[in-house]
Amino acid sequence: MNLRRLTDFLPPLAFGLAVLAIWEAAVRLLQVPAIILPPPSAIASRFVTSIPTLAADFRQTIQGVLVGYVIGSLAGFVVAILIDRSHFLQRGLLPIGNLVSALPIVGVAPIMVMWFGFDWQSKAAVVVVMTFFPMLVNTIAGLSSAGAMERDLMKTYGANYWQTLLALRLPVAMPFIFNALKINTTLAMIGAIVAEFFGTPIVGMGFRISTEVGRLQIDMVWATIVVAALTGSLFYALVAGVERRVTFWHASYRAKEA
Amino acid sequence: MKSALPLITVVLGILAVWYLAATLMNAQLQRDQFINAGRTDYSTQELIGASLNMERPKLPAPHQVASELYKLVFATAPTSKRSLVYHGLITLEETLIGFAIGSALGIGLAVLIVSMRWLERSMMPWIVASQTVPIIALAPMIVVILNQFNVTGIAPKAAIAAYLSFFPVTVGMVKGFRSPDPLQLDLMRTYSATRAQTFLKLRAPASAPFFFASMKIGAAAALVGAVVAEVTKSEDGGLGARLLAGSYYGQTVQIWAALFAAAALSATLVAAIGGAERIAQRRMAFSP
Repeated sequence: MNLRRLTDFLPPLAFGLAVLAIWEAAVRLLQVPAIILPPPSAIASRFVTSIPTLAADFRQTIQGVLVGYVIGSLAGFVVAILIDRSHFLQRGLLPIGNLVSALPIVGVAPIMVMWFGFDWQSKAAVVVVMTFFPMLVNTIAGLSSAGAMERDLMKTYGANYWQTLLALRLPVAMPFIFNALKINTTLAMIGAIVAEFFGTPIVGMGFRISTEVGRLQIDMVWATIVVAALTGSLFYALVAGVERRVTFWHASYRAKEA
Repeated sequence: MKSALPLITVVLGILAVWYLAATLMNAQLQRDQFINAGRTDYSTQELIGASLNMERPKLPAPHQVASELYKLVFATAPTSKRSLVYHGLITLEETLIGFAIGSALGIGLAVLIVSMRWLERSMMPWIVASQTVPIIALAPMIVVILNQFNVTGIAPKAAIAAYLSFFPVTVGMVKGFRSPDPLQLDLMRTYSATRAQTFLKLRAPASAPFFFASMKIGAAAALVGAVVAEVTKSEDGGLGARLLAGSYYGQTVQIWAALFAAAALSATLVAAIGGAERIAQRRMAFSP
């Protein structure tokens, strides 16, 4: 088991290291100016020396990301439950939800900055709008995914609406809900960072990127991008880990254990 | 059209909520304006009416956005710098060029990944991981770097649009090329089909539903990329530039109009791909 994990892990690791090595060598041999592409070593040393700044940016941005993520996902979930009994509302809301998920919602960023000010609250608001619809659409789809047989079984037990919801339909909907939660981790990061392009107090990852690009400190931009990438991946991995705990019964996990 | 009635009801409901919100959010601002103008004898009706027709409201009412859209799309010459058609075409051009390049590269890489196993094992985890990274954060930097090479105008924005549409297309197409089940692959083997034949006759047609799904995601992502790129480099125009200009000068009606124009553009692109999908469905007899 452990050996197999290692062999799964090695090729991508080797590939990543090879890319870094080629990058470093190419930049040094071709003498690419640091303004265009700094070598990974320069980015790493910049990262280490500016940890306090990066940490402050991280704290500022993650606040908006987390608050918005929780409110937006929760709101999408609650609305889906509320309209669960009305097929009429569902048929009306689903096409709109699907349409909205294809729209460039990050565009509401300037509006939210106007309404809620420069601080993290406006970023959280953008994230709320971005995460709401994926959760709504996925929860509705998940709640309708319980099979007719299982519903009939609940009926023979004499279960009422709420009992059926809690014991059958919500657990069955969990893979869909976690799918939305995973999509929303990326959307939340994007929303918060792009909203910071439209105005911030002088701290935050989006702010750092746009100002350091202006000052041509490209290594600092890369260091911030490293933080954003790590944050995004860890956030995703965290949600995926919770999913594994909650939906351990699902076919996609059972197959791997066997 | 079974869903027409519920859809219309929901849209009307959203409009009603919007009007209510616009009244509530703008009323205080309007009250202050009345006081500044030395008026204290206004009726509630007057206050509501004025709140829904302010010049720089907190939330413009739907009819204000609609009339602004009409003014900037139909009543302004498309060559004028105020026309949304002018800016929309810039954004559309960047989106389409970027989308074409990004999806071609994405499909090409997917073909390579599916045909070479070592490539898949070493690259696929990175490509999947890249989905969790907010790649849009790179947009301002790409603009500046390309600027160093004297690449200006449409190209840097198309590059970002391409970059954003590339990843979802790659992931979707790899899934699509892998979608034939082992039975079908075995059948191809019993025919002693070559790898190329298996690819052309089985994998490629089987990936059609995934192709259209990833095209839709890719087109939407390309538009987001173009709009965000225009925000970071707004002097050449485009819908993103209008968003930024509107937020600088507090022109809320203009922001909403640009936002709706971008939404319409995105919806049109996705609908066009959906139309192509339906035609292909009929010809190839697959269902999504």
